[in-house]
Amino acid sequence: MIVGGFPFLFLYSPYKLPIIFYFFSKGIKMKIAVLVKQVPGSESVLPILGDTTWIDEAQATFVMNPPDNFAIEEALLIKEKIGEGEVVIISMGPSRVQKVIREGLAKGADRGIHLEEDGTIETDPLSNAKSFTSVLKEENFDLVLSGLQSDDTGMGQTGVLIGEMLGMSTATLAMEVEIQSPTIRVKRELESGWFQWVKLKMPSAISIQSGLNTPRYPSLKGIMGAKRKEIKVVPASDHQTHSKSQSIDKVFVPQTSKQTVVIEGDADSVVSKIVNILKSDIKVI
Amino acid sequence: MDILVVLEDNRGSLHRMSKEAIVGAQKMGGSISVLAIGNNANGLANELSNIDISEVITVNHDLVSTYSADGYSEVVKQVIEAESPSTILIGHSYQTRDYIPRVSTKLDIPFIPDIISMENGLVKQILNSKLNATISAATDQKILSFQSSAFSEEAMMPGNCSSRSFNVDLDSSLVRSESEDPFQEAAADVDLESAELIISVGRGIEKEDNIPIVFELAKVMGAEVGASRPVVDSGWLPSFRQIGSSGQTVSPKLYLALGISGAIQHVVGMKGSKNILAINKDADAPIFEIADYAVIGDVLEIIPKLTETLKG
Repeated sequence: MIVGGFPFLFLYSPYKLPIIFYFFSKGIKMKIAVLVKQVPGSESVLPILGDTTWIDEAQATFVMNPPDNFAIEEALLIKEKIGEGEVVIISMGPSRVQKVIREGLAKGADRGIHLEEDGTIETDPLSNAKSFTSVLKEENFDLVLSGLQSDDTGMGQTGVLIGEMLGMSTATLAMEVEIQSPTIRVKRELESGWFQWVKLKMPSAISIQSGLNTPRYPSLKGIMGAKRKEIKVVPASDHQTHSKSQSIDKVFVPQTSKQTVVIEGDADSVVSKIVNILKSDIKVI
Repeated sequence: MDILVVLEDNRGSLHRMSKEAIVGAQKMGGSISVLAIGNNANGLANELSNIDISEVITVNHDLVSTYSADGYSEVVKQVIEAESPSTILIGHSYQTRDYIPRVSTKLDIPFIPDIISMENGLVKQILNSKLNATISAATDQKILSFQSSAFSEEAMMPGNCSSRSFNVDLDSSLVRSESEDPFQEAAADVDLESAELIISVGRGIEKEDNIPIVFELAKVMGAEVGASRPVVDSGWLPSFRQIGSSGQTVSPKLYLALGISGAIQHVVGMKGSKNILAINKDADAPIFEIADYAVIGDVLEIIPKLTETLKG
């Protein structure tokens, strides 16, 4: 049985009149949220705190979570293609995260929202999603985009949790998106080189696969302009009102069980050692 | 019911990671039920008829004959509500990432993803696999997903089990999406999964012009050529050669990693290899942590010399 077809869309949309407008006008307006996170960079030192509950953030160097750059770019591309709309960069964390919000604004996003956190960052995806949802619900976004996962805790679920909490349709690992208002067509990456197109009724929460576009760099004009754009700050006491469902108890350095043979030296001696290994140890040649 | 394992249909047969999740469940102990959804639910149940689990629960309904995040998340929610398992286990596949968070929200129970070990707590890799963390749930019920190869599917304990169908109550407006048929962009002309020798190339090869030296080495060794995601994304090699979470999972006798840094997305696809020999300029590359042989050096210098030596 096929559902989600044309009549279905009219029947179930809470926005019957705007949909007619969508169909007969090119001037659709999309309101897009992009969830971004600031994480320790791949070059950062990661010293573990004395109580082993997390790393010492004071010593770490932070960057925009790399997958989120693709989500920002996709939001800007959608807005540019449609011609009208708003891109809002939303991040949670201590005051340092305003840097990544500004980065999004410098690239062309319209405004930012900062969900403030005091002290250590919350790592429970459900509590975080509830915090975001409490702020996002009054905004009525058409799309909520996020990167596929964060490079710090890698929970890979917050965008989908928020989508469900907001009653949105969801899709993950998007390799391509096409707006066909009031639907969105998403090319999802499956495993082992397979893909699938899925058409969803908006509003939708979509996680973006890295590599689907080429994130732009902010222009000098963009950087200057970003300083005047609004970042709304939501204090921790306004959104952190939820009990924890899971927590990190301990952080530790992995013990490798493997005995690794290290081979160094000039190319000729390295090559003769490799040949010996292939012949005598692994016996593949 | 102690444990509910949610199965995945991988184009007509049971997903490898579903078998690994059953092994995880057997290691945990307790009564194990498994859930098969969709028009092939009975087929999946048959694959498990001689496995040591309590029962297979099958759900087949017009609205969930094929996968949708809306449909499957509602089915899993209804089964959990009716059967009250304390732990829900599943493989950390792309499909899991697509709909299990929805179940977590619907039931307000935590989804602890990508677990690599259950010894001394639930262990997950964090910060680009540089550190590990133990994670605990604050609730009685929890959903856990296992990283690919956290357990070996060969360790599934044989036995027998029963099967029953479960009636779901689904509203026709439930599924808000239309899915087209899955497709592959490039037809595969190599069989990496059964290859004994794989030479895999990463960003360290620097440019497309250097790719032929990899094929020359592969030719003299009789190996197949694989690639990491950045090489495929750059268009230097087709996607059917990609190894990792979005590509193939391989376990050859020798995996020769050339200029591959060892991002977790790649490692999950090859860590089961019998022997891993990695060559990389960067002595701190994460690939060396899982390598049996770590060659610190420039692949562009070593590959042609190795090819010449093997030819001679």
